[in-house]
Amino acid sequence: MSDERLLAGRRPTGPLGRGAHLSAYGPLGPIAGDPPGLLALAETSGLRGRGGAGFPMGRKLRAVAAARGRKVVVANGAEGEPASRKDRVLLESLPHLVLDGVALAATAVGAREARVCVSAAMARALAAVGGAIAERRDEIRLRLEVVADGYVAGEESALVHALNGGPPRPTTVPPRPFERGVDGRPTLVQNVETLAHLALVARHGAAWFRALGTPADPGTTLVTVSGAVARPGVYELALGTPVGRLAARATPSGPPRAFLVGGYFGAWVSATEADALPLAHDGLRALGGSLGCGVVIALPHGACGVCQTARVLDYLARESAGQCGPCVFGLRAIAGAMAEVARGEGSRATLERLARWAGDVAGRGACHHPDGAVRLLRSALDVFAEEVEAHGQRGRCPSGERVARLRVPVRVAAA
Amino acid sequence: MSERLRVDPIACEAHGLCAELVPELVAADDWGYPIVDGRPVPAELVAHARRAVAACPRLALRLEREPRA
Repeated sequence: MSDERLLAGRRPTGPLGRGAHLSAYGPLGPIAGDPPGLLALAETSGLRGRGGAGFPMGRKLRAVAAARGRKVVVANGAEGEPASRKDRVLLESLPHLVLDGVALAATAVGAREARVCVSAAMARALAAVGGAIAERRDEIRLRLEVVADGYVAGEESALVHALNGGPPRPTTVPPRPFERGVDGRPTLVQNVETLAHLALVARHGAAWFRALGTPADPGTTLVTVSGAVARPGVYELALGTPVGRLAARATPSGPPRAFLVGGYFGAWVSATEADALPLAHDGLRALGGSLGCGVVIALPHGACGVCQTARVLDYLARESAGQCGPCVFGLRAIAGAMAEVARGEGSRATLERLARWAGDVAGRGACHHPDGAVRLLRSALDVFAEEVEAHGQRGRCPSGERVARLRVPVRVAAA
Repeated sequence: MSERLRVDPIACEAHGLCAELVPELVAADDWGYPIVDGRPVPAELVAHARRAVAACPRLALRLEREPRA
C-alpha cells in the first residue's frame, strides 16, 4: 500500500501537460482566488516546508502577506544536495503541480510575480517547467530562472542573492527574505515540493492532508532512497513512517550497516536504531538528526562509514561559500583530520581536535552549512565508533573498500 | 534593556581587535576568528564592548539592544 498523493499522476513517459495534469489531479476550486481562505487553509493543514528546515508554511505565508510593499514568490528548485532527486523528479514530471502551488502561494500573499528557480544541472526539468509555463494563463507572472547547482546555492538567502544579481552565496540575516528579499521586496521562498503539496491541499482540504502523517508533521513527504538498495529512487510516504519500512520498499541488498538520513547535512543512524525510527522533523531533531531534505542512503556491511564520511566532509569543506572564517577554516580542518582517521593515521589527539573543532565551528557561520557538516561528523564518530577504533589500531581502513558509496559531484574549476 | 554582542561572520576578517579589547566576552578560535559570548553584557563591561565595536575595521561587531522579555 503506497501513500502516493503527489506522485499519483506521475508518468514514466515525461511531464504531464496541462490537460493531463487536470485529469489526474482535478481542477482548483474557488479557494484559488481567496487569499484569506488560502492563508487559513495553509495554517490549518499544518504543512511544513520540505526544503530542510520544516518551517510551517502558514506562518511564512502570513509573515509575507503582512509585510509592506510589492511581494514576490520564489520557488526553490535548486536542490544542491547531491543525494536528493525529489525536486528534480517533481519539476521534470509534474511541473503543473508545482506551478499550481506557486500561483496559490502568490495569491495568498498578494504577490503578482513569481520566480521559479530550477538548477542548471536539471536539463529535463528546465524544459518541462518552461513548457508548462507556456501552457498556462495565470494572473501571476511566472518567470523561469536558471540557478547555480552548488551545495549552498539553494540556501534561502543565497538564492535571493543570486536573483538580485549577486553570487549564489548566503548573506547575513536579518533582514530575512520575507522582510527584504528580491529587489528589496518581501519575498516568500518555498521549496518546490512544499508548493506542490499546497496545490493538493487547496483541492482536497486540510483534513484530507492531515489524514496521513503525524499531528506535528502532517501529510506525505518525498524521500530519495539510494545506496545499497535494489530499487533506488524517489518514494512518497506518510511522515512518521519508520526508516526500516521505507528501506524495505527499496529492497536493501543485504542487511545494512547504517543509514544516512537527511542528506549530507543530516546524520548517520545505525541499522538497528533506524529500523523503528520515524521519518519526521521533530523526532529526528530531538535525536540530533534531521529529516533534512528527505534523503535516506543505505550503507552496506563491508563498506566503511568512516571513509565515506571523510569523503563527504571533504566535499562539504570545498562547497563552503568561503565567506566565514569558522566555516572555511573549520571545515577544512575537520575534513583533514577525518581523512587522517580514515587513512589509519588518526590518534587520540586527532579525535580530541575533531571534537573541539566541531564545538567551535557550529553556529558561527552566516548559514547552517557548517552546522550540517558538524552534525554529519558527530553522528559518524558515534555510529562508527568501532570502525574509528579499528582504523587507529590497524593503521589503515579495516574494510579496504575503495568504492565511493556516497556520490560527490566532480566540479571542474573555471578557467 | 539588555545588550548583546554579535559578530557578522561574513564581514569579519579576524583582525582580532575585539578579542584584545574585551577578552572577557570575546575569545579567538584556532584560526583567529572571534567566539563571542552572546549573553547580556554585564554593566561593567559595556564601555569595553562599545570600544571593541568602534574599533572593528570591518564594522563586523555589533552591540544589539534587546527589550527585556
